Amino acid sequence: MLLTIHWQNFTPGASLIGGMLIGLASALLVVFRGKIAGISGILGGLIDMDSIANSHRLWRGLFLIGLVSSSFVYQLFAPLPESNISASFGTLILAGLLVGFGTRMGAGCTSGHGICGLSRLSLRSLIATISFMFSGFVVCYLFLHVLRMG
Amino acid sequence: MKNIITFVIGLIFGLGLIISGMTNPDKVIRFLDIGGIWDPSLMFVMFGGMAVAFVGFKFVQNKSQTVFDDTIHLPGTTHISKELVIGSLLFGAGWALAGFCPGPALVALGAGYKEAFIFVMAMIVGITIHYHFLKA
Repeated sequence: MLLTIHWQNFTPGASLIGGMLIGLASALLVVFRGKIAGISGILGGLIDMDSIANSHRLWRGLFLIGLVSSSFVYQLFAPLPESNISASFGTLILAGLLVGFGTRMGAGCTSGHGICGLSRLSLRSLIATISFMFSGFVVCYLFLHVLRMG
Repeated sequence: MKNIITFVIGLIFGLGLIISGMTNPDKVIRFLDIGGIWDPSLMFVMFGGMAVAFVGFKFVQNKSQTVFDDTIHLPGTTHISKELVIGSLLFGAGWALAGFCPGPALVALGAGYKEAFIFVMAMIVGITIHYHFLKA
């Protein structure tokens, strides 16, 4: 049956608060630094070997160091929620390649298009978000219920 | 000062991802799996994020400089290209396979998960492949 809700794992409050913090960080980044908080773009800008000035590398690096340190900071106050990862080694490699290549080709991911783009009312980001949500639902369905590889 | 603020903004972003549940790939997959027992929580992440980010983008709407004299860079492209759609479709496929998108993968890497390390390394290879074959 379609759309049976998993009530035990449903966390609307925590997800809303977490989402608001993500939105707050996105708002602060544009207000203080004039930049879009799109993780694939921030990381990609560090990896692509364009002649980017060092000042453009600095803010990207600092933001990403803050992002990567968040697990450490969180566990100073509370036990870190577990990340349950079911994907096999091969699936992780394929998924990582698709995410890296796809987000650069599509110029954004869940943060840049999904949060920042949609809140700027960008039509481009709406099309991108519909596209990745659509393929996410379809591939998830195929992987778990047709190929039964979950 | 602006360097510290930039670091703290990245930190807040990561804490938001942890609290929201996005750093748990199984939860992300339960959201994408509408054929199983559905967990709609992640829709609330998007609503909460958009509501607050909207205020920030309104605030800078008619500004060209930040308080730190940084130029405000907002994407100016409006063209709906096939790259936008194909790239996003490929991204969605990878997202559904592992349950990781770029931000949460980096946070889980910081928490020491070796699976996140493997995913992030492959993601960097994917970014590099795109750069060399499509951009250069």
